[in-house]
Amino acid sequence: MSEYQDLSVQGIWKNNPALVQLLGLCPLLAVTATVINGLGLGIATTLVLLGSNITVSLVRNFVPNEIRIPIFVMIIAAFVTIVQLLMNAFTFELYQALGIFIPLIVTNCAIIGRAEAYASKNRVQLAAFDGLMMGLGFTLVLVVLGAMRELLGYGTLLVGADLLLGDWAKDLTIVVFTTESPFLLAILPPGAFLCMGLLIAFKNMLDRLIEKRSQRAKQAKIVQRARVTGTDI
Amino acid sequence: MTMLSLSSSPHHHNRRDIGQVMRLVCYATIPGILANVWFFGFGILIQVVLAVITALVTEGVIMELRKKKTERVLKDYSAVLAALLLAISIPPLAPWWVIVIGTFFSIAVVKQLYGGLGYNMFNPAMAGYVMLLISFPMQMTSWLPPLSIAEQSHSLWDAIHTIFTGFTSTGFSVEQLKVGVDGTTMATPLDEVKTALLQGYTVTEAKSHIMFDGNYGKGWLWVAMAYLLGGLFLIKTKVINWHIPGSMLASAALLSLFLFLLDGDQYASPLFHLFNGSLIVGAFFIATDPVSASTTSKGRIIFGAAIGLWVIIIRNWGGYPDAIAFAVLIMNMAVPLIDYYTQPRTYGHKTKASKDS
Repeated sequence: MSEYQDLSVQGIWKNNPALVQLLGLCPLLAVTATVINGLGLGIATTLVLLGSNITVSLVRNFVPNEIRIPIFVMIIAAFVTIVQLLMNAFTFELYQALGIFIPLIVTNCAIIGRAEAYASKNRVQLAAFDGLMMGLGFTLVLVVLGAMRELLGYGTLLVGADLLLGDWAKDLTIVVFTTESPFLLAILPPGAFLCMGLLIAFKNMLDRLIEKRSQRAKQAKIVQRARVTGTDI
Repeated sequence: MTMLSLSSSPHHHNRRDIGQVMRLVCYATIPGILANVWFFGFGILIQVVLAVITALVTEGVIMELRKKKTERVLKDYSAVLAALLLAISIPPLAPWWVIVIGTFFSIAVVKQLYGGLGYNMFNPAMAGYVMLLISFPMQMTSWLPPLSIAEQSHSLWDAIHTIFTGFTSTGFSVEQLKVGVDGTTMATPLDEVKTALLQGYTVTEAKSHIMFDGNYGKGWLWVAMAYLLGGLFLIKTKVINWHIPGSMLASAALLSLFLFLLDGDQYASPLFHLFNGSLIVGAFFIATDPVSASTTSKGRIIFGAAIGLWVIIIRNWGGYPDAIAFAVLIMNMAVPLIDYYTQPRTYGHKTKASKDS
């Protein structure tokens, strides 16, 4: 497996920041009431991860080891500010909907975790790819969690797609069922915890299934041979 | 076939198996349910049927998925009891999907995801109730006035019709059924007093409302009495111990008496608290759940007493008029701690105090 393939598998599945490392749970649980909120925050986080990983990797040889953490935090804060201003300019309504959770990306442990664990030790290309894949894994979980909660809570999918993608996306909204009394549990934070638990359980179940499959395949390859050596029992 | 397995609580060291115990508790709710039918109409019966069916289907499907002995588990009646307790806790004319979602959540998430009977940390019925209460506040607070003071009466057919379509066969909505003879929308006695207190009235002024008969809500007193009867039957047959209900009612009564003596205008009397709302049902049927309650005698007294305190605290200063479900869930969380500190001395070992001397 090449380094890049390994990074993709690690970021999206094996070492997924949200499902396996359980990092950045605060924004994960707080903003995923709808798919679009989740996607918006996911993209913002990915951009910050990409930027911070590249920068940290570039400066990794100049940063004194003793003060690396404050420097990483400042780099991350700079990128968060850039993303925040960009969102304020181009997707203002989404910016308002996500509120405090955009500046809070600074405190997302997944980002400083990648800077510390990977970007500060590897080449720029690899660090950038790692940031992209980790961000993608995080975004995927945010979107799936948002879809679960939006479907259970409001009975819709992709409400407010126009906030992120522009006016043409208004028609993207899918109404699965209409209800006068939304299922508030799914929309409130406890529902996020429940859905998150279910997602992690589902991932573990899939992992176990895959493991069983591969074991069975291995066993099938081993040829059973009964060898009789001695006859004088 | 005999099955020897190491199991978590409930442990019962007598001839009854779990199924028999659970069934006895189900039977003991019958007087209360009958009283409820008499005073509030047939809705509760339909809720019970819906809940039991949902519980059995959910439990059966999950048992099949987990590849366990479905029949053996279904026959222990624990799912039926949880469903029954949830059904008697919700408003009698709540829409059908409310009880179905609630029972599914109770059985699938609260009970089976934790590993099934004996492994659930929280009381399934109450966790389901709280889930419904925060998810569907409107449906979950649509309590009916007793039939004697309701403007519209409703028959069994009306109850079925309302639960499934939202309207009686003659076209009245639940909102209209909630209207009393005085033309105002009725609430529960606890809700009425809470609202009145918030508006600056005293407890005595609140109790001058048509729904009250002296200290107690019309109908509610008799329902509570009927559940008390069932609860005493359970203690008599040793299905439950006196510890939890006794300490729970005593602590609730003591705290409410203290507050009542402090300021009788702001805090209702102990008798009001005991026989309105679901304190009696909670004490005898819900808090005594053998799985999620404390398992030591001393622990049970602490468990019950703490629930009683929480109930009075939440009723007086919380956002919701009644509090059994919240109180029970809070104390469910404390059960491991309580059990840890109340381990009885094992036979032949010295107590800590005698060891030191």
